[in-house]
Amino acid sequence: MFFYLVRRVLYAIPIALAVGFVCFMLVQIAPGDPINAIVPPDAPQEVVEQVRRDYGLDQPLPVQFGLWLLKVVQGDLGRSLATGRPVWSDLSSAIGNTLTLAAAASLIGFVFGCVLGGLAGTFRGSLIDRLAVTSAVAGVSVPHYWLGMVLVVIFSVQMNALPAMGAGPGGSADWAWDWEHLQHLILPAVTLSVIPMGIVTRTVRGIVAEIMNQEFVTALRGKGLTSWGVFLHVVKNAAPNVIAVMGLQLGYLMGGSILVETVFSWPGTGLLLNSAIFQRDLPVLQGTILVLAMFFVALNLVVDLVQTALDPRIKRA
Amino acid sequence: MSSTAAAAELAVQAKQAALYRSEGYWAGVWKRLRRDPVTIACSLILLAMLIVIVFAPLFAPHDPYQGSMIRRLRPIGTENYPLGTDELGRDMLSRLIYGGRLSWFMGILPVALAFVIGTTLGVTAGFVGGKVNMLIMRVTDVFYAFPSVLLAVAISGALGAGILNAILALTLVFIPPIIRVAESVTTGVRNLDFVDAARASGASAFTIVRVHVLGNVLGPIFIYATSLISVCMILASGLSFLGLGTRPPEPEWGLMLNTLRTAIYVQPWVAVLPGACIFVTSICFNLVSDGLRQAMDVKG
Repeated sequence: MFFYLVRRVLYAIPIALAVGFVCFMLVQIAPGDPINAIVPPDAPQEVVEQVRRDYGLDQPLPVQFGLWLLKVVQGDLGRSLATGRPVWSDLSSAIGNTLTLAAAASLIGFVFGCVLGGLAGTFRGSLIDRLAVTSAVAGVSVPHYWLGMVLVVIFSVQMNALPAMGAGPGGSADWAWDWEHLQHLILPAVTLSVIPMGIVTRTVRGIVAEIMNQEFVTALRGKGLTSWGVFLHVVKNAAPNVIAVMGLQLGYLMGGSILVETVFSWPGTGLLLNSAIFQRDLPVLQGTILVLAMFFVALNLVVDLVQTALDPRIKRA
Repeated sequence: MSSTAAAAELAVQAKQAALYRSEGYWAGVWKRLRRDPVTIACSLILLAMLIVIVFAPLFAPHDPYQGSMIRRLRPIGTENYPLGTDELGRDMLSRLIYGGRLSWFMGILPVALAFVIGTTLGVTAGFVGGKVNMLIMRVTDVFYAFPSVLLAVAISGALGAGILNAILALTLVFIPPIIRVAESVTTGVRNLDFVDAARASGASAFTIVRVHVLGNVLGPIFIYATSLISVCMILASGLSFLGLGTRPPEPEWGLMLNTLRTAIYVQPWVAVLPGACIFVTSICFNLVSDGLRQAMDVKG
């Protein structure tokens, strides 16, 4: 196990480096000279040359990547062109909000997905099975940004029951665990939860159905175990895979919440990305994507390790 | 006596063999598909949609670009405008019909491109193996380290708005998953006996891939690619919704949803119509893909 852990962590390092390289290249593939992303367009030529040297932009690409990487590992993601503040200062509060939203959505999706998928897998072919399959397909097929709008129409416009925008009263971006803030979380979290719900339902249904068909379940029943006892055995066998799927979903939600955050003006990384794209604020775009992708790489690693700890039979290279 | 019995047995076997032979693989697939009402219904819906959007000028009652300040945001059921009008007074029904063209195009083209490129790379990696496999699969791993929405937004955000950039970004998003599927099925087929037999009889690598490998791997890869169309359509419309894909005044479902977003307090049910179109199309593609998977008996 220890060697597996070491090997898996070592394997994650080149991946993280390559992910960093892709993020670095984002600014390079952007149309125009990257220097235009740093100095205002009306700057005199000498200033442009000076900045070019200061930033190392006159160096060859691999050297530039090295210099950039050196700064990034020290926590310096550059400065925003729009606000002039360090990218990290805007990003750190946005990440907290996105994590809150993604975690809430994962929790909702996980609970409903497990219940629905578990029931469907146990009672194959029943009404609840068909309901679960249908809602799973709908969950992965629905454009969630549209679902967000529909929920706003129903619960905010027509019923006036829940707020449609922002993360707190008066459009504040600071999160707190009270009802004032929580009611802002409900609609975006429910909207975002439909995708993991669909995927977890499908996965749990498949796994439970497969386990229920295995001989050891028949043996347990033959020994006279109650259905509750059998259920516990099924849970124990299904857990590693289900937890892995759910962990990855949390990562997808962190990266994929941009559309839902735009719909609800949720002050997270998605909204930050959105405004960065429209202001052509490449340092913010690059920094946000880098941090989200690194989070995803780390999450992948944790999921793999947890899965292996729970079920040593699964070992990935 | 026993020889006549054996002959009769052989005759029965031959008859049975003939029976089995008469039903080919595709006939079996078709037979299973016909018994699947959901897949048939969804295919018919998609076919109807395709006909309407291809012959949009025949079906659209109005010009999708012609607006009018005096009839903005009419409700569903207005005379002459059965689905109401949008924020610039343009007929919703006509815009939805014309909008389907770009939405379908941007949902299918990136998957088709990724299918061609991903299959080529994946089959190469699976068949050649060794260092080539290492190289292709490790690069694929890197792109797997990005959630798909994030990667699409990152690439098209850096390249700037525009249909071509969006298509490029989406194609790049779908190549890695197709490579993975193509590589794993090809690795499975490569080690089967008939490939060894072909190699022993002197067939070149190219012939083996063309005749023996592609015939066995294209089906599963194709099925997998069809399941991506729904995702691609949602993502493409999502990019337009963010202002990264199509640009106004071009009708496209995601962009329409974006520009109508401010109208949800005035005409909420008109504003959500384009999303309903995306939803119906994407769920139909998903169900047809599931149906095909079952009918073609592809696992995974």
